[in-house]
Order: sequence, then structure tokens, then C-alpha cells
Amino acid sequence: MQFMLLFSRQGKLRLQKWYVPLSDKEKKKITRELVQTVLARKPKMCSFLEWRDLKIVYKRYASLYFCCAIEDQDNELITLEIIHRYVELLDKYFGSVCELDIIFNFEKAYFILDEFLLGGEAQETSKKNVLKAIEQADLEKDSYNQRFVAENVRLSIL
Amino acid sequence: MSPSVPLQEMIRAIRSARTQCEERGVIQRECAAIRAQFRQADNGGRSHNLAKLLYVHMLGYPAHFGQMECVRMIASPRYSEKRVGYLGAMMLLDEKQDASLLITNSIKNDLSNSNQYIQSLALCTLACMGSAEMCRDLAPEIDRLLRASNSYIKKKAALCAVHIVRKVHDLGELFTKAARSLLTEKNHGVVHGAVVLITELCERNSETLERFRKTVPDLVQIMKGLVISGYSPDHDVAGISDPFLQVRILRLLRILGRNNEAASDAMNDLLAQVATNTDSTKTVGNAVLYETVLTVLDIKSESGLRVLAVNILGRFLLNNDRNIRYIAMTSLQKIVGTDHNAVQRHRGTIVDCLKDQDASVKRRALELSLALVSASNIRSMMKELLSFLSSCPPELRSQTASGIFNAAERYAPSQRWHIDTILHVLTTAGGDVRDETVPNLIQLITNTSELHCYTVHKLYRALLSDISQQPLVQVACWCIGEYGDLLLTGECQETEPVQVTEDYVLDVLETVLQSHMSSPSTRGFALTATMKLSTRITENVDRIRSIVSIYGSCIDVELQQRAVEYNALFKKYDHMRAAVLERMPVIEKNSQGHTNGETIKESQTVKVKPGEPQQPANQVCDLLDLLGGSEQPLQPSPALGSAAPPIPVSAPNTVGGDLLDLLGGLEPTPITPVATVTVYEKDGVTVTLSCEKQSDSGLTVTLTASNSTESDIRGFTLQAAVPKSVQLHMKAPSGDSLPARGTAKVTQMVVLNNPNKVNLKMRLRISYTSQGSAVQDTVQIDSFPGLGQ
Repeated sequence: MQFMLLFSRQGKLRLQKWYVPLSDKEKKKITRELVQTVLARKPKMCSFLEWRDLKIVYKRYASLYFCCAIEDQDNELITLEIIHRYVELLDKYFGSVCELDIIFNFEKAYFILDEFLLGGEAQETSKKNVLKAIEQADLEKDSYNQRFVAENVRLSIL
Repeated sequence: MSPSVPLQEMIRAIRSARTQCEERGVIQRECAAIRAQFRQADNGGRSHNLAKLLYVHMLGYPAHFGQMECVRMIASPRYSEKRVGYLGAMMLLDEKQDASLLITNSIKNDLSNSNQYIQSLALCTLACMGSAEMCRDLAPEIDRLLRASNSYIKKKAALCAVHIVRKVHDLGELFTKAARSLLTEKNHGVVHGAVVLITELCERNSETLERFRKTVPDLVQIMKGLVISGYSPDHDVAGISDPFLQVRILRLLRILGRNNEAASDAMNDLLAQVATNTDSTKTVGNAVLYETVLTVLDIKSESGLRVLAVNILGRFLLNNDRNIRYIAMTSLQKIVGTDHNAVQRHRGTIVDCLKDQDASVKRRALELSLALVSASNIRSMMKELLSFLSSCPPELRSQTASGIFNAAERYAPSQRWHIDTILHVLTTAGGDVRDETVPNLIQLITNTSELHCYTVHKLYRALLSDISQQPLVQVACWCIGEYGDLLLTGECQETEPVQVTEDYVLDVLETVLQSHMSSPSTRGFALTATMKLSTRITENVDRIRSIVSIYGSCIDVELQQRAVEYNALFKKYDHMRAAVLERMPVIEKNSQGHTNGETIKESQTVKVKPGEPQQPANQVCDLLDLLGGSEQPLQPSPALGSAAPPIPVSAPNTVGGDLLDLLGGLEPTPITPVATVTVYEKDGVTVTLSCEKQSDSGLTVTLTASNSTESDIRGFTLQAAVPKSVQLHMKAPSGDSLPARGTAKVTQMVVLNNPNKVNLKMRLRISYTSQGSAVQDTVQIDSFPGLGQ
């Protein structure tokens, strides 16, 4: 995977993970263009599109778009599964996660992602193990973390 | 200590800002506070300040002043601070920043930390943004971790090694041994990491690939374990056991089995098993099947397995899920060259996908459909493609149009069908076709002489309804100019005849000339067509004359030039008009840059070359200059198609230009006639030829004409054409009238240069007016006296 972006229906970026070295300017440009392209797609359209020389796999969960850029030899369908697995992890961690969770606890979303993917590839294929690792790491932290439960729309994960 | 509250409060404050300006204000205040905090000594809230900064950075605001803070935090002993510090490093520092080198030491220390979570932070950061130098520095550490640590660290180290190999290819050697041993571990995460690492190593280095071929049996074993084993709750996804690992193993098997019989044999059974047993009701099952199919098609699999794979793709094509259909078509595209028949079986479904709503699916379906067109299905496929063209999204139109043209050219069942198809495309998508369509179509039309009548009728009707599609209008104008007489006779067997009078035709051409929608090159076509009609119609020549003279003062330089020259044709060279504007010969199809053989092009020497603005002098020799003389073969006119119709429209080749090169030049040379031979004798007009060798390749030919009839002959002109490699210069003739009874002769000298020593031939055209009627004749001279040929 080259990068993963999470953005809202209004085009606001909620998470960006880059696995390739690019300057800030380039990242901004890519983000802007890609967000525009994906938001312009209609609801029932294909989850895959070709953009520049990359394959883009995206899926919408409630108000958030999860968008991954993969290389030519990567399997698109399994990337969809990776996105789904990440959403499941977030859901399990936050308890019926919604966009606000990710906004107010963005650093947690990153930590969870970093336990699931490393260098752009999946590092742990068992959901249970990922969650266990995060819990343990949280305990390492001088613990205080109150989990913020939002009142708004839940992310539907199925 | 409630550290995250300040962060969340800030986020709330930013979100509640109602305008961009307010938001900027909040952020500026916060950043100032953060900066101040950074400068202070260590306090409890460092990680939260950095977290705030990272949030601000994600919104798009500059945050470079946080880079050094990241470096400091990474070096902190506290886990919470390290964690945010590393996160900051991954977000703010990339390998292009100088500060990134500063963390190399911290990472090195953390890699050997006793706390595995700290080790994991270091590994994660290195794998995400490690530069080549960092990778080189730390590679031995990673190798150590690959061998001796717990599975939690091993799996991360494996993926870190993948990143290192991508950055510094040579370091692959270092990890080969460790990677091999990792395959035997039980932990799925470790095995997965090992498989990814081995894939990367094999892709980079073919020797490593050879070595790892030995692991095929082990991989097959692992896969079998996953496929057959019972339900394993840890790794199960919708009934498939660890699909992520399965997909990676299949991919590695693909690389190992490529071009290798032995390896491919070893995995045949397994692939068959996976292909048949995997449940395809959910995406995850289809993901595994997809990877299996890709592998089967890429290795040296046995034919039964291949058929199975193509059938799976066929099933995918019928799937309700659009994503599945899309990837099915992508895969079929890859094999349409090799397994053409297998893919043909699914043609119906593919063509149906042309009607799908989704643009990505449409694009795939289009590419596949074009690849599947063959001689047997051309008619039905073309129907589908043409209906697709009328409704397809704009970005696909030119691809569709050119695809249709290519297919039509290769498999057209009949000429008429071919022409109809091209016309259909021009009417629906005229704006999206390539430039060479117009010349190609014209060439096609001239080649099918039996359909000239049909074509011109059809084009005329098309022109009546719509003059906005430029390529169509250009072709139509050209045809009307060329075959206007067929249009006016009104008979046509192939299509319903239209009652067309000369006025209607001229009306149409004038509309094109005057319309705002017509491009300059289209206008050029229309003007020349109008001019050509002057020899094909009988009554309205004056109208043409007036149209042409109006454009003599047109602002467009090209049009003006043409109009002026056509005016000259009317006024001074009226006797030549018929010859100049007669029917074009069949244009031979040439690809770009293709040189012609040594054939003489008939009657193309007669065409007017408008690229030469010349003052028409009284000398016929000047007209010859007009017909010939310049060195540059192509006109300065912008569009290819707008080259004056007399020049063969396939202008990329230099046919017209070279021929025009043949006529021209006005340098005098001494005449020393030697042996003479009569080359033409008819109706009292005699032309004799004599030649003299000037040099090894140079030759001077003298043509002498005399008139033995009772009446004078006026406007006597000679034109000559020679094989392509021969250069020709015609000198000024001594005169253009032949008085009766041979009282005076006309001589003309021709200088030839034959550097390639080709077989010298010359075709001579003789034109003159005798007793009020124009006469024209052609003669070919195959042997030249005094040359011994």
C-alpha cells in the first residue's frame, strides 16, 4: 500500500498514513485531487478506480470514506477486506465507533492502524491479537485515557 | 493529570469556529501556546502538546517547528511520550527532512529495549519513513531481531526488513537465511511477514528466486493446512481461514512457478483444490479465488486448470457485485491475447457490461470488447460498439472511435459497410476522432469507385442535416467537389436518389463556407470543392466565379491565397482549368514515412500547388513553376486535410511533394541535341526527343514539337514525370504556339539527374488548343536514345 486516507463527506481529512516519501506539498496536492475524485463518484459505483498510475480502493462507512492506494500487483479485493478489518478494529476498540471518535481520538486511530499495518502491509491477521496488543500498549501508557463516546451516527460496519 | 482533555478541548474549540478566519485565529493562539510549552523545561503535558500540534498539522496548517520536539520526545524514557514522539516523526519527518537522521540513534537504542512495545514503536517508524542511510545503519539490528525475539517482534521485524530491501536492494542478501527459517513458525503473523519478505526478495533478485523455489512444497503444505483445516476462530473471516495469508502465499507461488515446470507441477493440485473448494458467496472468498486465478494463468499450469480458471472469471462476470465484474474484466484483458477462444465464450456478458452505469466498468468492457472483435462477429460487435459510442461518457469517446476504426479496417466485410461505419462514427462523435481519419476516409472512398455515387449521396444528405462535425463536413465537401457530377445526375442504385440541382449543391457549400462553426481548414475544403465543381457543372459557373472572387479578399490568408489562385485559373488559365480540376486518381495508401516505389504517378503532375504565391506571368513556364518548383514538399498550411485536394491527401508521405519537385526550375543551359527520336505523333502534332549525357548521373533531354496541321495551335504545353529518385528540372519552352504547317517549332529542355541509376522512364503530357477545342494526351517514354538503356 502506498497510502491510506480517511475523509468525511465534506472532504475534511480525518486520518492520513503515507508509506512513501513525498513532500508536504505533493501530499496536499494528491489528497486534494483524490478526495475530489472519490467524492464525485456515485453511490452504487465500483469501489476501484484507476488514478494516475495507482489503483485506488475506497469504501464508504456512514460518513467516512476509507481510501487506499495500492500498486499494480496488489489484490484489490483483499484490500477491501483490509479496510473492513480496520473498521472492525476501530469498532471493537471504541465500541460502535463513529466519526467523532476518530476526530477526537485521532492519535488512537493511528496507534490501532500501526498495530494492524506496518510499512503498508498487514502485520497481524488475527483481530484478537491486534486488539490485545493495543490494550497492553495502552496499559503501558500512564493510563488516564477516558474514552469519548459520541452521541451521533454510528459507523455501520456491515 | 487529565492530559487528553486539553487536546479534546482544543479540537472542540476549532470545530466550533464558524468561519475559516475564526478557525485560523484559534489555531494561531494554540500554536503560540504550544511553541511556548516546547521551549519550557520538561512538564507533564509534553505529549499532549505534540498531539495538539499533530492535529493542527492534519488540518493543513504548518507544523515544522514541532520536528525537533519529536526528536526530543522519542528520546524520552516515558512510554507515552515516546509513542506520540514516534507518531509525530512519522507524520512530520520524512526522509527528505534533515531532522530525520537525528532519530536514527534513538531508534537503534529502542530496537534493543527490553520492552517489546518500545521495540515495536521503533520498528514501525523505521518501516514507515526509514531513509536509505537509516536502513543501512540499522539492517544488522533487524536481522538480529528476525532470528532471536518473540513472535510479536519477529513479525514486525520481517515487514521492516521488507521496507529495508525496497530502499536498499543490496541488503536483500542479509535477510535471505532468516526469511527461510521464519516460514516454519506457527504464528500466522510471522509466517505472513516471512511470505511478504520472501516475495520481495524474489522479485528483486533472480538468484534468490531460484533458491526459494525449494520452498514451494512448504508453502503448498501451509496453504493446504489453511484450506482444509477446521474452523479456527482467531483467523476466520466468513468461513475462510486467514484469507490475508492465503492471498500472500498464492502470490508468492505465482512468482515461484512462473516459467518453471517443476514448481508449477508441484502446485497444480493445491490450486485446483483452492479453486474448487473456496466459498465464493462473500468478497473474501472471491479475493482468494481471484488470486488463485491470477496464479493459475501466470504459471505453467495444465490446460484443465486453465479452463477452470477462465470459468471462474466467467462466473465473476455474472456476479451481481460490480467490483467482482470489474476485476473479472481486468483479468480477462490480461489473457485475451493468449486464451482468446476461452474469452470469446463470454463475449455476450462483456458486451452487456458496456451498458453498466459505472465508468470504470464501462472502460474495462470497452477495452475487452475491442480485443474480442474478430472477422466472424464484426457485424454484431460493431452494432454494439456504435450504440455504445452514442451514449458513452466523453472521456471514452476518442478511444471508442479509434477502436472502431481499427476494427473496421481489419475486419470490414464489405466496402460499403466500412464506409457506412465510418460515416456513422463521424456523425455521432465527429469531434473526438483523430486527425488522420479524414485523409484515411478520403483514401478509402477513392478506392471504392463503384460506391462513389452512393457515398456522395449519403454525404450530401448528412451535410444537409448537420454541418457542425468538422471531419464529416471536410470529407463531405471533398466528395461533393470530386463527385459532384454523380450527385447531379441523380441516379443511384444503392440509395434513394435525391433531386439535387446545381444551385442546391452550391448553396450547401456556401453555407459551409460562411458558417461560424466551420474551422479554417474546413473552409479550405469547401472553397476547393466549389472550384472543382466549376468543371463538373454546366450552368452556374458564374456563381462559382463570384464566390471565388469574394474570398480573394478574405482575412484568412490560406483562403485568400486559394481564392486568388483560383481566380487566376479562371482568368488567365481557363484552358487549363479542366485539366487542373479533373478527377483525382486512386490514392495509394501509405503509412507514415513510407517511401513509394519507383512508379510514375499518373496525372498528378497536373495539379496546382497553391503553396506558391506567384505572380502569374505570361510565360507558360511560370505556370510550370507554379506546378512544380519548390524544394519543400509540403505546404505550409496548418491542417493535414486542408492541403489542396490536388495534392494527395495522405500528406505524411511525400508523394505529392516529390512529384512537384519534379517540375520546376528555370536555369538556362546550353542545348546540344544529339540523336533524336519521335516520341509522339498524332493529329499532326509531333514531338521528338533527344538527349545528351552531361555527367555520370546528369542528362539533358530536349523536346521539340511541331505542327503539321492546317491550323495554328495555341497554348501548347508539355509536362513530364519521372521515377521518384530521379530529379527533373524543366526549362522554359521557347514558346507556346505552334503555327500551322510546321513553320516554327517549340523546344523545351529538361534536365534530369539520376543518382541512383534507376531505369529511366518518362511520362509526357501534351496539351494544346486546336481549332477551339482543348486536346490532351499522354505518352510514356521507356527508352532514351544515346543512353544505351
